[in-house]
Amino acid sequence: MKIKLKIWRQKNAKAKGRFADYELANISSEMGFLEMIDALNTKLIGEKKEPVSFDHDCREGICGSCGLYINGRPHGPDARTTTCELRMRSFKDGETVVIEPWRAKSFPVIKDLVVDRTALDHIIAAGGYISVDTGAAQEANNIAVCKNASDKAFDAASCIGCGACVASCKNSSAMLFVSAKVYQLAMLPQGKIEARERVQKMTAEMDRQGFGSCSNTYACEAECPKGISVTTIARMNAEFLTAKIIAQKVG
Amino acid sequence: MTKLDAKIPAGPLAEKWRNHKNSLRLVNPANRKKLDIIVVGTGLAGAGAASALGELGYNVKVFCYQDTPRRAHSVAAQGGINAAKNYMNDGDSIYRLFYDMIKGGDYRAREANVYRAAEVGNDVIDHFTALGVPFARDYGGMLTNRSFGGVQVSRTFYARGQTGQQCLLGTYSSLSRQIGKKSVTMMSRREMLDLVIVDGKARGIIARNLVTGELERHSAHAVVLATGGYGTVYYLSTLAVNSNGSAAWIGYKNGAFFGNPSFIQIHPTSIPVLNDFQSKLTLMSESLRNDGRVWVPNEKGEKRHPNEIPEDERDYYLERRYPAFGNLVPRDVASRAAKERCDAGYGVGESGLSVYLDFKDAIKKQGEKVIEEKYGNLFEMYEKIGGTSPYKEPMRIYPAGHYTMGGLWVDYNLMTTIPGLFAIGEANFSDHGANRLGASSLMQCSGDGYFILPYTISDYLSDQIKVPSIKTELPEFEKAEKEVQDRINKLLSINGSQTPASFHKRLGKIMWDYCGMVRNEEGLKKGLQLIDELEEEFRRDVMVAGTADEFNQELEKAGRVADFFGVSRLMCIDALGRKESCGAHFREESQTETGEAKRDDDNYTYVAAWEYKGPGQAPQLHKEELNFEFVELKVRSYK
Repeated sequence: MKIKLKIWRQKNAKAKGRFADYELANISSEMGFLEMIDALNTKLIGEKKEPVSFDHDCREGICGSCGLYINGRPHGPDARTTTCELRMRSFKDGETVVIEPWRAKSFPVIKDLVVDRTALDHIIAAGGYISVDTGAAQEANNIAVCKNASDKAFDAASCIGCGACVASCKNSSAMLFVSAKVYQLAMLPQGKIEARERVQKMTAEMDRQGFGSCSNTYACEAECPKGISVTTIARMNAEFLTAKIIAQKVG
Repeated sequence: MTKLDAKIPAGPLAEKWRNHKNSLRLVNPANRKKLDIIVVGTGLAGAGAASALGELGYNVKVFCYQDTPRRAHSVAAQGGINAAKNYMNDGDSIYRLFYDMIKGGDYRAREANVYRAAEVGNDVIDHFTALGVPFARDYGGMLTNRSFGGVQVSRTFYARGQTGQQCLLGTYSSLSRQIGKKSVTMMSRREMLDLVIVDGKARGIIARNLVTGELERHSAHAVVLATGGYGTVYYLSTLAVNSNGSAAWIGYKNGAFFGNPSFIQIHPTSIPVLNDFQSKLTLMSESLRNDGRVWVPNEKGEKRHPNEIPEDERDYYLERRYPAFGNLVPRDVASRAAKERCDAGYGVGESGLSVYLDFKDAIKKQGEKVIEEKYGNLFEMYEKIGGTSPYKEPMRIYPAGHYTMGGLWVDYNLMTTIPGLFAIGEANFSDHGANRLGASSLMQCSGDGYFILPYTISDYLSDQIKVPSIKTELPEFEKAEKEVQDRINKLLSINGSQTPASFHKRLGKIMWDYCGMVRNEEGLKKGLQLIDELEEEFRRDVMVAGTADEFNQELEKAGRVADFFGVSRLMCIDALGRKESCGAHFREESQTETGEAKRDDDNYTYVAAWEYKGPGQAPQLHKEELNFEFVELKVRSYK
């Protein structure tokens, strides 16, 4: 198949970017989307032009490195699919495909399609953990966890930290990312002790990193490649309010 | 004293580690913050070590090439993590886990190390559970286990088919906590390009800032490599495409011996090569062989749809050849058996290079819902890539390069032959012999990082407390940085016509053909010759686009491929020298009448540790004889 591409090119963080047009012929419908860009890059290098930079690593949908904004949607047209899992069979012969980096104030562009997502790491470092030192843990089966709670915690824990939720949100909010972690740890007995402190620290850091507010459009849920549910946001709000009320009472 | 002292403590097997811990020297808390430690890599081993060392109060800097530590390739491990908790009451014990690993590794691993890995495995499960890793549970709220290849008990803890992801995210959370406390400094998007040695000790690294291209000098009292394996030597493998062998290669070139470089695991159940532009192979977890049955048609060149082939026209060759273990034979055995059937003409798919993994019987017996709960995400993954639903028809699978048992040689303290340079996780050679059993990798990586290295490194650091922080202005840093700069400039100046990836692909093909699942003398010699020719072409005609002082992924690839020529050569040399078959290393010249691997214990019960002797020079072999005090060497049989 033939593909027309409009790709965002930007030399570095300071440079002004622009769209560049490319055309590729002989693209197989079985090719992965990133393999299509590999093919483009081989062609560009052959023409002594600069290849397109993009983040990618595991190429099996689990590491969260890749993340392209494809035809106006994070990770492209297929539901619950990361960019690296996307196949060219999801596009039509002759179609024009527009590829952009994640757009969010908190994710500055590094080069072309590569953005800086360390803001998400800062949120986790602020409180996205259970405070247990190595060697301090008790025997694992001393902590019974209701299977249902454990399964729900798992669903939230499937987040790969790709940032599609932020990219899909008109406010560039990181609520789904943050709530997934808050929810996972709040569902487990091990995580309950710090639950209130955690939600406050993480949301404060989220604000500090410049992410926007949530206005409940649920675009994040629709675009999340791992199907993380917005019910995690509801739970986070409940955790947050409880923490505030208790803080007031104690204060 | 010989150069190769494994420092294995004396005494009964089960007491070695405990006694050794009691004898290791400590660093008092006030002195720890004066000691700098560099950890390279943020997978389970590296991130675990960095967290534990940060908790202890050392001054830790941790590096990864990805944008965040959470992406290290431990994240992709699927099936599980072993521990001998014996929660299933099926007779499991630390000794049995140890024994299974020794046997599974075909008696080419060090007893003491393996026992210790099995021993700390239980602590790892406790720690992960405390960190909130959602391992599978039963309805009573207790942890549950499943079985894996090469064993007859169920000791594998799992988190659906995403065990690596969940363990890594747990480890990442503990690392993040230390980063938040500023006891650990995170250096992401950095690639280690050289090791700096001062007065014979590892004292720092040269790293390239992958965003700005700047070369940075980082010093420390000790350096820990947790940089994973070099399975991408085959180009197509189950690894992340940016995984590489460079850090281990750099360690080797600086004097660290390389242990058993040719021991590399070919995983039996990967989605097969589907086309020529494929950039990686996706693993389908070994856990699938708990319920899936492997088969090929009885007839060569069978063209019928698998669902139309009746039961009596199918050859369940693993069940036929290995009735005791059936579909759950170890990986090396399963891989070779698949290759044997395909080479004999019974393979399926367009290329004839795949076999079926069938869930029909399991679905019939347990119901689709149960199977979905166990393997849902894997089936989904398969369908996205392979285009068919494993609920409706069998998967097609074929072996793929996966895990390197070989790696930097380390002693019992996980220190390489360079004082102050440690290697942990897949980057070292020590625990899996010639073949790794499923779900033992997460166990070993986490054990090394969280529970072993923090003890052993303190022994080394205890006499460093008076050494002030190492200055990066030292001539050794100057020299190393200049060498890296020269190497980069050289690559950029070639200005040829072929991309680094195209060379990598060709090198991978050479290695797959001549130093893959089956090896022989003639092929290995041929492989060596082809590697030389290809490297010569690379040095003459590689095209590295862009410049040194910017974000440049082509330059990153070129550097890694350049190092892979060396790694490949060393693998072939090692494979040539070991004329026996053992585990994943199968020499055609050494097989039984039924085609099983035939060990030669009289001549090869050793670890081959290779010393770098300079460019163009043959490496020197040092042998660490393996003394089996507790286990009797037997023919490894799964029949």
